[in-house]
Amino acid sequence: MKLDARIPSGPLAQKWSSFKGSMKLVNPANKRKYRIIVVGTGLAGASAAASLAELGYQVDAFCFQDSPRRAHSIAAQGGINAAKNYPNDGDSVWRLFYDTVKGGDFRAREANVHRLAEVSTAIIDQCVAQGVPFAREYGGLLDNRSFGGAQVSRTFYARGQTGQQLLLGAYSALERQVGLGKVKMHARTEMLDVVVDNGRAVGIVVRDLTTGVISTHAGDAVVLGTGGYSNVFFLSTNAKGCNVTATWRAHKRGAGFANPCYTQIHPTCIPASGDHQSKLTLMSESLRNDGRVWVPQTKGDVRRPDQIPEAERDYYLERRYPSFGNLAPRDISSRAAKLVCDSGLGVGPGGRGVYLDLADAIKRLGHKTIEERYGNLLAMYGKITDENSYEVPMRIYPAPHYTMGGLWVDYSLMSTVPGLFVIGEANFSDHGANRLGASALMQGLADGYFVLPPTLSDWLAQAGPSSASTGTAAFTTTVQQVNEHTNKMLAVKGHRSPELLHRELGNIMWNKCGMGRTAAGLQEAMREIKDLRGRFWQELRVTGDGACMNTQLEHAGRLADFLEFAELMCRDALEREESCGGHFREEYQTEEGEAQRNDKDFCHAAVWEHRGANQPALRHREELTFDNVHLATRSYK
Amino acid sequence: MKLTLKVWRQKNATAAGRFESYEANDVSPDMSLLELLDVVNEQLVNKGEEPVAFDHDCREGICGACSMVINGHAHGSDRGTTTCQVHMRRFTNGDTVVLEPWRAKPFPLVRDLMVDRSSFDRIIASGGFVSVNTGGAPDANALPIGKVDADHAFDAAACIGCGACVAACKNASAMLFVAAKVGHLASLPQGQPERDARAVNMIMTMDREGFGACTNTYDCEAACPKEISVDFIGALNRDYRKALSSTR
Repeated sequence: MKLDARIPSGPLAQKWSSFKGSMKLVNPANKRKYRIIVVGTGLAGASAAASLAELGYQVDAFCFQDSPRRAHSIAAQGGINAAKNYPNDGDSVWRLFYDTVKGGDFRAREANVHRLAEVSTAIIDQCVAQGVPFAREYGGLLDNRSFGGAQVSRTFYARGQTGQQLLLGAYSALERQVGLGKVKMHARTEMLDVVVDNGRAVGIVVRDLTTGVISTHAGDAVVLGTGGYSNVFFLSTNAKGCNVTATWRAHKRGAGFANPCYTQIHPTCIPASGDHQSKLTLMSESLRNDGRVWVPQTKGDVRRPDQIPEAERDYYLERRYPSFGNLAPRDISSRAAKLVCDSGLGVGPGGRGVYLDLADAIKRLGHKTIEERYGNLLAMYGKITDENSYEVPMRIYPAPHYTMGGLWVDYSLMSTVPGLFVIGEANFSDHGANRLGASALMQGLADGYFVLPPTLSDWLAQAGPSSASTGTAAFTTTVQQVNEHTNKMLAVKGHRSPELLHRELGNIMWNKCGMGRTAAGLQEAMREIKDLRGRFWQELRVTGDGACMNTQLEHAGRLADFLEFAELMCRDALEREESCGGHFREEYQTEEGEAQRNDKDFCHAAVWEHRGANQPALRHREELTFDNVHLATRSYK
Repeated sequence: MKLTLKVWRQKNATAAGRFESYEANDVSPDMSLLELLDVVNEQLVNKGEEPVAFDHDCREGICGACSMVINGHAHGSDRGTTTCQVHMRRFTNGDTVVLEPWRAKPFPLVRDLMVDRSSFDRIIASGGFVSVNTGGAPDANALPIGKVDADHAFDAAACIGCGACVAACKNASAMLFVAAKVGHLASLPQGQPERDARAVNMIMTMDREGFGACTNTYDCEAACPKEISVDFIGALNRDYRKALSSTR
């Protein structure tokens, strides 16, 4: 596997413009002769499909949900960063770039991150032009707020539903192209494999989830915008349908998988309420702008929170990180919460919770302002917990939320399989080992609106059209393999549902590859995963057949892929003998309990090459060079 | 607590449907309705029966996938709530909970409690957008929009496209859904150039898809999980009439 990031030469700030200046172009009249397959219709997929169709390409877009508007980007709450510097508080492209590289604990590619910061401003312009109703000041200009890991206010937001409004903007652009006949939309259709012919991605195999019919689609390029793999933990803030299938199957067809151990555990989620828990709900990080995080100072303090006097509370984030306080980045805040709970100071059922307290802010700003800022979040919290957080502090606990790892891509967002492009959360490119708040929406839309359209055009202009049609051997063989896999799952006829087996996997991953990892624990996890995978193929029970809507079969297929992927994730965590960002190896920490990086041996992206079921994956490296920022110890103190 | 679930079962759009009853014991008040269905489905799979199919995804009230008529009310009887946010503490020991799919001609049944709402996508595709291609947009602050207008636009834009308004309406009208999108864009300067065409085209598509007419009974507003006001329907009617009279 050859890893060539193909980063344009020249100074950092000129790389993207020099790429665009020298890229190859496809003649407008020729664009309609190219068919592009886009899988996933979240922020990345929908914006890419719409923008490519606007350019004149024929686009086929796929999503497993019943409508493209339901992709999980919709649930993002807090906001989207952009280096507009409207508040005049010292922001710039450079500062956004620097914050993102530092926030990622110096494990991301400089050139990609700088490009992201550069295009961030155009995203806001584009969204406003589409009619996205961002929050505004009384004078009519856009409002900004601050977010974790930054000391400037660069986050644009739409109440607590920014992801929804941005996705509906991208969705409306997509539907406009559907109406114009430039995009053919395939909803309730799940991608089950990528077809690779002569080393080039030439199409996909999909299952119509309503009828069970397997079909094939050929294209000149395939774009995956299929999100992250947090559901490997079973309980996460991701939607129930989020899965690793598209990226994992692409990996098995030759795409390198980078840094699977980089997962983000979000600090502010509603704690689980019992064994029936089916997913976790995030409470936007924006609450930390006004909320103060604390636990009682003494163990076993069972008093109601409002009866615990100020002097007997530990505002541990403010104490440990005085300059960032409650706005410390996610990985740091999550770990701090785990630490206080592990030491027995946690609150709520099982001691797995800390308080997020709005009382001071309500006193300072009034009930009305707090309701305006966070009303919908507090209402959601009330529905789930039956508690009124205007009166009682909320209880929060960290939960898996986002995955920085993903398919390896070069500067053009192309994977190691020519013709296979990967955008948004599904790729590994921009967030290093930890993602800052309000950066996922920025990256998804940057990739889809502004980065992929030119880079894909550049590649098509050089590679030319694919000659493969769905009748070729590559397609028929892949379909055969997909059918065999499905039939094999239906044939097990065991006694346990995919749901139960998935919960087991989640437990292993959360306990041994979650917020704290050790070599011994990871080795144990890998043995347990292998064992569970063996049992999956003996104990699985899928009711019904494959020829109709079968939600059990869908779940089983996704779980089968998670069970393979999970082992690679643990192995990646095991071999990365350092702590960085969301990857915390307990063996590698400072005396104060902070993550200890090892730049000498691990300043690289680990990229895994699949070598078949009987051979372990091979670890390659892309060395990360930092010519523009100084590799510093990340401090938020 | 102990509950009885009476659930609509139907294998596909053309098969005959029927209610089936399932007993659920040890129901925790903190469970969501969908988590209760997970438990019931687990019991069914254990018995070798096929589980109840239902749409759901984010389970936090924003994706708009979940869609059940609960004891006769779309998304249950609580205001401003989606199906996934109905918690079992709303019920008492021994209750029977009746679950049905959205019932409306333009939402053909897929299986059990799952329906096909692609008619909504087709309505959006016919005009629910501002025609701007990617690139070349002016600076976002070049177009000041008063906070009151922006907030008003947001109130409409909050629609999650779940279809409860249609399910609640005796005429299966989609007026609140259409009004929300038209109202969102009509409240903003960006939406003005296509304002007339948008209203006309979206209403024409709505009619063609088989949604009924609005007779102002406001069940849609009562069922809407995002509490979108029927005032937007009034505004839509004004826009529609104005557009028809000024069609060039």
